Amino acid sequence: MMNNPTPPGTDAAPRADSDIAFIEVRDVRKSYDAVHALGGVDFHLKPGEVVGLVGHNGAGKSTLMNVLAGTVERSSGDFNLGGHPIGPWSAALAQQAGLRCIFQELSLCTNLTAAENTRIVHRPLRGIGWRRRARHMIGPVLDEIFPGHGIDLDRKVADLPIGERQMVEIARAFTQTDIGLRCVILDEPTSALGHEATEQLLAHIRRAAGRGIACILITHRLNEILAVCDRTVVMVDGKVVAERQTAGLSRSALVELMGSIERPRERTAGKIASVAAPVMRHAGRDAADLTIEVRKGEIIGFAGLDGHGQRERLRAMFHAARGQRQALPGAYVAGDRGSEGVFALWSIADNLTIRSLNALTRGGMISSAAARKLAGSWSDKLKVKAPSIDTPILSLSGGNQQKVLFARALASDAQIIFLDDPMRGVDVGTKQEVYRLIRAEAERGRSFVWYSTELEELTNCERIYVFREGRAATSLVGDAIDTGRILQASFGGENV
Amino acid sequence: MTRRLSLAPWTYGFIVALAMWAATTAYSGFGSAGATLSGALAFGAFSVLVGTGQMFVVASGPGNIDLSVPSVLTLAAYLSMTVMQGSDGMLLPGLAAALAVGTVAGAANFLAIVALRLPPIIATLAWSFVFQSLAYNLGGQATLKPPAGLSRFTAMSLGGVQLMPVAVMVLTLVAMVALKRTVWGRQLLATGQSEPAARLAGIGVGRVRLAAYMLCGTTAALAGFLLAGFSGGAALNMGDAYLMESIAVVVLGGTSVAGGQANAVGIWGAALFFNLMATMLNTFGIQAGVRFLLTGALIILIVALVPRPRVR
Amino acid sequence: MSDAAARVPARFSSQARPALLNVLQVGLPAIALLVMLAIIFSIRPAAMSYFGVHLLFKLSVPLVFAALAQMMVIMLGDIDLSNGAFVGLITCVTALYLSDAPAFAVLCYLVLVAAYAGFGLLIHSRQLPSIIVTLGMSFIWLGMAVILLPAPGGSAPAWLAAFMSWQPPLMPLSIWLALLAALAGHLVISRSSYGAVLRGAGGNPRAVERAGWSVIGIRVAVYAAAGVLACLAGLTLTGLTTSGDANVAPAYTLLGVGAVILGGGSFTGGVVSPVGTVIGALTLSLAGSLLSFLQVPPTWQIGAQGVILFLVLAGRVLLSERTR
Repeated sequence: MMNNPTPPGTDAAPRADSDIAFIEVRDVRKSYDAVHALGGVDFHLKPGEVVGLVGHNGAGKSTLMNVLAGTVERSSGDFNLGGHPIGPWSAALAQQAGLRCIFQELSLCTNLTAAENTRIVHRPLRGIGWRRRARHMIGPVLDEIFPGHGIDLDRKVADLPIGERQMVEIARAFTQTDIGLRCVILDEPTSALGHEATEQLLAHIRRAAGRGIACILITHRLNEILAVCDRTVVMVDGKVVAERQTAGLSRSALVELMGSIERPRERTAGKIASVAAPVMRHAGRDAADLTIEVRKGEIIGFAGLDGHGQRERLRAMFHAARGQRQALPGAYVAGDRGSEGVFALWSIADNLTIRSLNALTRGGMISSAAARKLAGSWSDKLKVKAPSIDTPILSLSGGNQQKVLFARALASDAQIIFLDDPMRGVDVGTKQEVYRLIRAEAERGRSFVWYSTELEELTNCERIYVFREGRAATSLVGDAIDTGRILQASFGGENV
Repeated sequence: MTRRLSLAPWTYGFIVALAMWAATTAYSGFGSAGATLSGALAFGAFSVLVGTGQMFVVASGPGNIDLSVPSVLTLAAYLSMTVMQGSDGMLLPGLAAALAVGTVAGAANFLAIVALRLPPIIATLAWSFVFQSLAYNLGGQATLKPPAGLSRFTAMSLGGVQLMPVAVMVLTLVAMVALKRTVWGRQLLATGQSEPAARLAGIGVGRVRLAAYMLCGTTAALAGFLLAGFSGGAALNMGDAYLMESIAVVVLGGTSVAGGQANAVGIWGAALFFNLMATMLNTFGIQAGVRFLLTGALIILIVALVPRPRVR
Repeated sequence: MSDAAARVPARFSSQARPALLNVLQVGLPAIALLVMLAIIFSIRPAAMSYFGVHLLFKLSVPLVFAALAQMMVIMLGDIDLSNGAFVGLITCVTALYLSDAPAFAVLCYLVLVAAYAGFGLLIHSRQLPSIIVTLGMSFIWLGMAVILLPAPGGSAPAWLAAFMSWQPPLMPLSIWLALLAALAGHLVISRSSYGAVLRGAGGNPRAVERAGWSVIGIRVAVYAAAGVLACLAGLTLTGLTTSGDANVAPAYTLLGVGAVILGGGSFTGGVVSPVGTVIGALTLSLAGSLLSFLQVPPTWQIGAQGVILFLVLAGRVLLSERTR
């Protein structure tokens, strides 16, 4: 646990009144097609203030950050900078105003060195000796934030371990040249950092605040929020649902703020897992990594914070299923529709039948009649909203595309179906339909392994593995599954 | 949303080709119309043959391309002529040798790409040097004469209809059906659109691509075999024109270099367009440079105008 | 930071490749070059003289420039299939006009370079595949060259031919030019502050755009630079052959690509080495001489070049495997 680098809140009060807000937004909205990523958010930030932003995946934290940083344009809402209203806002303007961002996907050029990456964001670094000056700019900042980091500034970023890359990216955001640094937004900055480096970063955030630099910290690790933030903002479903001074706030109170909004529904899958032999056993990579067993007709859930090894395990199981002694036909429903799911040039029918071609072959040729029948019946069953099965898949909404991907898996001969967080960005109505379908298919004897970042969804499962730090760390069975326990198990082992 | 144009891009080749045929006929009299067309069909057949194989490779994913086509064509021509030694009785063994060397060459290309993790453009280029060298050693500088039967076949016509272009049209039809109605064809197009999605849909991506490269080698070899018969023998530079042309006819025919979309019929349009334009400009007495200039401008124009689906 | 490394979750544990590998990627073709030279000198010690080296590398000069032009385009993650045809066109313009109407020739060069940049703009603004646009460009350059000069002919200005056969002190001209080109390329692309931005734009255009740079401007500038370098290739080639020929250099396109990749470049964008590219170009042009010194029959020489290409590239794969 942190040893509270600086007692939060104690020095925040007097400063807060004297200054005008550095950034203030009112009723900011952002929608992508039908999905409302931000539904009217009020947010303000004073110079030297550290604000924590928490919420589940998809709560709108990253969208809010992108709107503030100018990388995403808001759909509507007022934007004030230093008390002055701002019209269109862009990354370049944000840069000019001294606002920096550390993005979740690293935004370094990995083919360049740390010093060269510093040059990319600082135009005055040019002419003779720029390389030396760039090193002198980022080097001391790195030394200040992460003493003893040992990073070679002249090595390509691609050759650095991910933790060091993250340090370079953080340090780069805190460098300054002719433009004064006013605000740094950090989106999950510690996910790739070790324990020591994390504490060093948190201490630095307090130091920076003392110099009048405002910070927004987005993190799943609640202890970090409690350790450094003056104020904590909780977001759910694109809205701010709570705002508290961090002083006096406890971890469990914070979990409750996030969790209380999620109204746990009645558990729909009450069935106790059968005692039949598993159709698949997948051993973990070491003793701390649980073996995953799947029985016929079972729905297994993978929970935990995003990116803690669930997807890798799911892929490994998908590939292992084919190689098993008794080959188990499997299908995979990707959550990243755009790059791993749909075949963008094809119609609904083509997308739906690609996994079942062998079954549709009559005498060496795919039977169009059989293919159309299969596609038609499954797109009806899933209620895909489209004029016909020949409609190009990209003209469908995200939810309907996802239904086609589900149909692809369900229409196939697969006995075990892997779901890779497929409901991201899908509307509630579609979700309920698909949940029903999954349960019905499970009753018919198909098994599901379901990775989800939405807690509510996991109540459909009979058994859940909660992942932490790349391993299946905890398993919850039957009635033991509730959002509180899942949250506890996901956050449990972190820095405590 | 994909907006439908009134005309699919692959039809442009046919339309331009038709216009050029009409222009040539109008200029040099109605009597020449048949001869102009049959010449274009005969030469076009070779471009189509080579282009069809290239199409499979290009459709198998972004970056996939086979630059060894000309050298495989030449090598197969030399090898089959050597096997046949001008004797009609050896026609079948000669054909078999040509097809075999084409298939092996395609497999070699793919193996180099996978095993050495080379970009296809480099791997096929390096192999093309090797194949070219093998062809030199088979034939030396001499032109190897084809058996009379082969030459007769390539120029044969039944009731005024040339046999070889018809045979290649049948092949185009087969390619079309293969793309639309066979498991491999569907899997090839799926792989070309998105390799990760294809893998997760249970497709053996490597196997599918290997077949594409092998087919490309085979069609290039078949073209070499026939071209040697048609043009009176195997010659060292016989394949040179087909390097750029095989890529150009594929792209103008409506196949996307981004992969995942192939059009076998369109290749005919582009091939006829190339050959008829040459005939037309010859008839008009316009020099070859203008032809190249027009070809290049049309390639860029068509590619720039084709609407591409937006992938989110 | 062993603590940090240990706690990094599985998905983050990317292999930290030692910097040694980067050195080897440029070093490998250099070693290949030295080995080839050693073989040649041991077979024919007479070649180890000013004049011997002059003969060995004479024809490498235009290829060096053509490969550098290709490198600029590959740096952005594109490929240029029109490079060789463009060099041919430049030889035609040079042989026809440079001695009699130098001002007009220079105007032609400027227009052609601007056209190159314009195609770069087209590729960027319409998001077209560079491979097809440059294929179309190659037909356009070839067509223009054939219109200008239907059969090889014209003549290089005397000063150009004299320059190319000039024998400067210490080392032959080809070596001086290769050194200068490598040095200039290294300073501009690998060392200068703008070079960093260019390579950044090839590696992660979004990040560069986010930092406020104009990626479209960068693409236009890089294509223009590629055009200028290809002009230099055409000029030096005309000086060597003393005439213009539309079909003199189609092989430069792919040899240039080979040189860039040999020199440690990659098609993924942002990863190129001017020094490596120059060495790669020298290696490829020396490979031909080596094979004739080894008395490899002429019919096998091209094939042996392919094998050399495979060997050096395979060496790279093996090295990166070993160091992983």
